[in-house]
Amino acid sequence: MSLLSVQNLCVNYDSIRAVKGINFEVQQGETVCLIGANGAGKTTTLKTLSGLLPATSGDILFDGKRLNGMPAYQIATLNLALVPEGRGIFTRMTVLENLLMGAYNRTDRAAVQREIDDIYTLLPRLAERHQQQAGLLSGGEQQMLALARAMLSKPKLLMLDEPSMGLAPIMVQTVYGIIQTIAKQGITILLVEQNVRLALGISQRGYVMEHGEITLSGASHTLANDPAVQAAYLGEL
Amino acid sequence: MDIFAQQLINGLVLGSVYALVALGYTLVYGILELINFAHGETTMMGSMIALAVIGALFGVAPDLPGIVIVLTGLLVAIPACMLLGYSIERVAYRPLRHAPRLAPLITAIGISIVLQNVAMLIWGKQYIAFPTTLLPQGRHEILGASITDVQIAILVLTVAIMAGLVILVNRTRLGRAMRATAQAPAVAQLMGVNVNAVISATFIIGSALAAIAGVMVSANYGQAHYYMGFLLGLKAFSAAVLGGIGNLAGAMLGGLLLGVIEALGAGYIGDLTGGFLGSHYQDIFAFMVLILVLTLKPSGLLGSKSVERA
Repeated sequence: MSLLSVQNLCVNYDSIRAVKGINFEVQQGETVCLIGANGAGKTTTLKTLSGLLPATSGDILFDGKRLNGMPAYQIATLNLALVPEGRGIFTRMTVLENLLMGAYNRTDRAAVQREIDDIYTLLPRLAERHQQQAGLLSGGEQQMLALARAMLSKPKLLMLDEPSMGLAPIMVQTVYGIIQTIAKQGITILLVEQNVRLALGISQRGYVMEHGEITLSGASHTLANDPAVQAAYLGEL
Repeated sequence: MDIFAQQLINGLVLGSVYALVALGYTLVYGILELINFAHGETTMMGSMIALAVIGALFGVAPDLPGIVIVLTGLLVAIPACMLLGYSIERVAYRPLRHAPRLAPLITAIGISIVLQNVAMLIWGKQYIAFPTTLLPQGRHEILGASITDVQIAILVLTVAIMAGLVILVNRTRLGRAMRATAQAPAVAQLMGVNVNAVISATFIIGSALAAIAGVMVSANYGQAHYYMGFLLGLKAFSAAVLGGIGNLAGAMLGGLLLGVIEALGAGYIGDLTGGFLGSHYQDIFAFMVLILVLTLKPSGLLGSKSVERA
């Protein structure tokens, strides 16, 4: 059985039908990407999965539970994490406090502290600034903080919305390096990206979304060689 | 007697009350950007409920130590006001969470009128005397001014409450959840924060502070009245704006400062106006301060440059 199964999902957003009956699945341990142009409904899909937007119809099944109608804070306790578009850092809280928010519903304080120490070893920039306001971090550092914060919730499925957005190319590489490290630990990832080349590069499978519908799906290397995908998203190749 | 020192002490005591009430305004504003104009009435209800309990207890058990009777009144008023604050948010504000901002503001004014009338129906229109004989009667000389035991208790209790609140907001899990909710409610939910519960907790904490402030003010002035919350609420709101609304330290500073300005103003207004205005005009100072702040530095003394909302 798949970890996440989305069946005939429709979402209306501001009385516009933003997602029109999509179906897709994510298996345990996979990195799956959802690609497409701006406004295709990718972010709406992730927000609906995390409970921030209500599904109009269809089913969302995660880890054996139906998520429809469940409030976002309860979905978070099922270990389904979303790193939202624009990172969603609490800019007026310290780096450490942001990390602690990731572990908000955990009670194993000793383990949380150990994991925070591990994060500081892996990302020394966060360690140096752990008592500073997170708003003072650069965009790339904020994205790292957002990833680290999400990891502290011990996600079974980590959903990432445009992690490369607004970052300098060198930072994009660093952030994607971290995402690959997370994937290698066996964490299941659902990645939404406008940067199609990047997304297909680190995922095993992909879905192409256009105007609220999934128009194409398959193995990422197959999609990367698909003439339609190349024409639409990898134009300069 | 040194008028300046005396008015300074009176001002700090009065300012303590303003600060505690202002904290309630600022906590709620920080999270919802809502001015809970019913907050002054919550303070009034705290006074009235405490006085009712104190009066009843004194009637049945006059031999109990006075301080026990007064503390019992306070300890009943606090949870009663917590329940009131929770109910106001649940019934009057939550259904309007996504309505245009004018709607909850008008509702807040409506709730405050309802509470005034409920209090008037229960306790009548007359002033209710606080049996001040139940309180310690000590008086001390300091810097040529006198300070009562009650005033010392008010100052000490206020400092302790402020310290506790600062620790709660800055050092605890609930405090982090409150700040996260204030900055980015959607992201807070993604972290597993039940935002509605945090908002309820904010109203409950603010209302507990209001109850304490209500008992303090009636103990200090020896009376309570169904209409007392209106002016007290407006002044505490002015104090919150003076300090920078949404800012905890600002509410504390603004409250104390406003109390001192008002007391000194009352002490010297006769001299300043050549006897034209008497000390009963002290109320104009709070609103002069409000107008000056709104004109010169709308974000308040400690407020951020712009009130941002992520």
